Amino acid sequence: MPTATMNEVELPKLSNDEISRYSRHLILPEVGMEGQQKLKAARVLCVGTGGLGAPLALYLAAAGVGTMGLIDFDVVDASNLQRQIIHSTETVGMLKVDSAEKMLNGLNPYMKVVKHNTMLTSANALEIFKDYDVIADGTDNFQTRYLVNDACVLTGKPNAYGSIFRFEGQASVFATKEGPCYRCLYPEPPPPGLVPSCAEGGVLGILPGLVGIIQATEVIKLILGIGEPLVGRLLLVDALGMNFRTLKLRKNPDCPVCGTHPTVTELIDYDQFCGVEKPKSVGPLEVARDKAVGDAAVVDGIPQISVEELKRKLDAKEDVFVLDVREPHEYPIANLGAPLIPLGELEKRVGELAAQKDREVVVHCRSGARSQKAALILKNAGFKNVENLAGGVLAWADKIDPTMPKY
Amino acid sequence: MKIHIPTPLRQYTKGQQTVTVGGTSITDALQDLTTNYPELRNHLYTGEGKLRSFVNIYLNDDDIRYLPEKEATKTGDDDELTIIPSIAGGN
Repeated sequence: MPTATMNEVELPKLSNDEISRYSRHLILPEVGMEGQQKLKAARVLCVGTGGLGAPLALYLAAAGVGTMGLIDFDVVDASNLQRQIIHSTETVGMLKVDSAEKMLNGLNPYMKVVKHNTMLTSANALEIFKDYDVIADGTDNFQTRYLVNDACVLTGKPNAYGSIFRFEGQASVFATKEGPCYRCLYPEPPPPGLVPSCAEGGVLGILPGLVGIIQATEVIKLILGIGEPLVGRLLLVDALGMNFRTLKLRKNPDCPVCGTHPTVTELIDYDQFCGVEKPKSVGPLEVARDKAVGDAAVVDGIPQISVEELKRKLDAKEDVFVLDVREPHEYPIANLGAPLIPLGELEKRVGELAAQKDREVVVHCRSGARSQKAALILKNAGFKNVENLAGGVLAWADKIDPTMPKY
Repeated sequence: MKIHIPTPLRQYTKGQQTVTVGGTSITDALQDLTTNYPELRNHLYTGEGKLRSFVNIYLNDDDIRYLPEKEATKTGDDDELTIIPSIAGGN
């Protein structure tokens, strides 16, 4: 049975206060005194303190894990609180690692929290991972998923993996000696843009709770060496149907990282591997990833118009046609009163806009990424003067109409 | 036979979670699926018509990559195919 590699020379003693705190564990024969001491000796690294990391870290703190490393470079935003229950209203604006530490120590002051207020990169991953026994991957993008996997294989640390999308979750334990790794299942990432992120696609708030707690359960099992960890199995969670299903995974002998003749023997450039632009600065993950639409005046041949300039044109009654390319369910949240054709339907429905072909057309969405794609579609369809509204309705709410809600 | 469609791809199957298709092999079944829902093709296949490497397809509980005949494996009406998408969300 795979267990987390741990120095078991001498397990740390529990104080009387700790014994009282963990009594429900101590009377479980599968945990007992020795198990609780193993938990105290364990060092778990939680990569990300977001939707998955929040419940994961909280339950591991409650369970008595002795040392918890937290990696995050983000700050708490009000929109995180729909699911990231390790943060709270009063810590909005704080660094996530500081906010999480506060909550974790409130729950269990006996746990040591090690804060890594940084972005996990190929340059620092091996150095950070070496001090931990188990890694829990709760990140939000493919680059970091592959980075965490490869660093786990290279350092020999098991990876309690979870990922989510809308109503669907996946969990497994990767990179144990005998089991498959993430690359055995997914040799290559999907091309950028094919799979939307939670920020673009949305997520049911309780789903990361469900999946993060499955990851925490696997971490505890690995530390204690009990039960059957999800090694060589992929758990599929469908929250809408409330179906749980496990599929068999195989270790791929030709896997480039964990196979018999590995070709990846050191960490690589994962931005390049996933075909995304390198993040230019430290900032919220989704901003770093969706950098495609920058501050430049013209991006891929599409002029970027500011909300101030659009407001001026509308006030001056200039001949401008504004098009909203968000989804219909976003419209009632906030809108500029513009006609709506969702990005996904634009190519099919472009004929409806034939009369606007020679007019000035300003396309907008929520933050400016989808509307940039839409603007390119229109330009390729022969529209003469298409502009993208930089920052979308979010910028409109920030700079023009403070009464407009932001989502 | 039935094909289970994962959440990220349901927008291309009019929201359906499972789609019933005809055919006597995995290839036939997927062909039938992408004929009925052509927008799925680009998500499942490369331009050269090969299954994309980040798409995992299971016949019942087995990864079809490890079946002796892979996509040519014969199927019956009671078999089920599941498409396992690559998802990375966690935030």
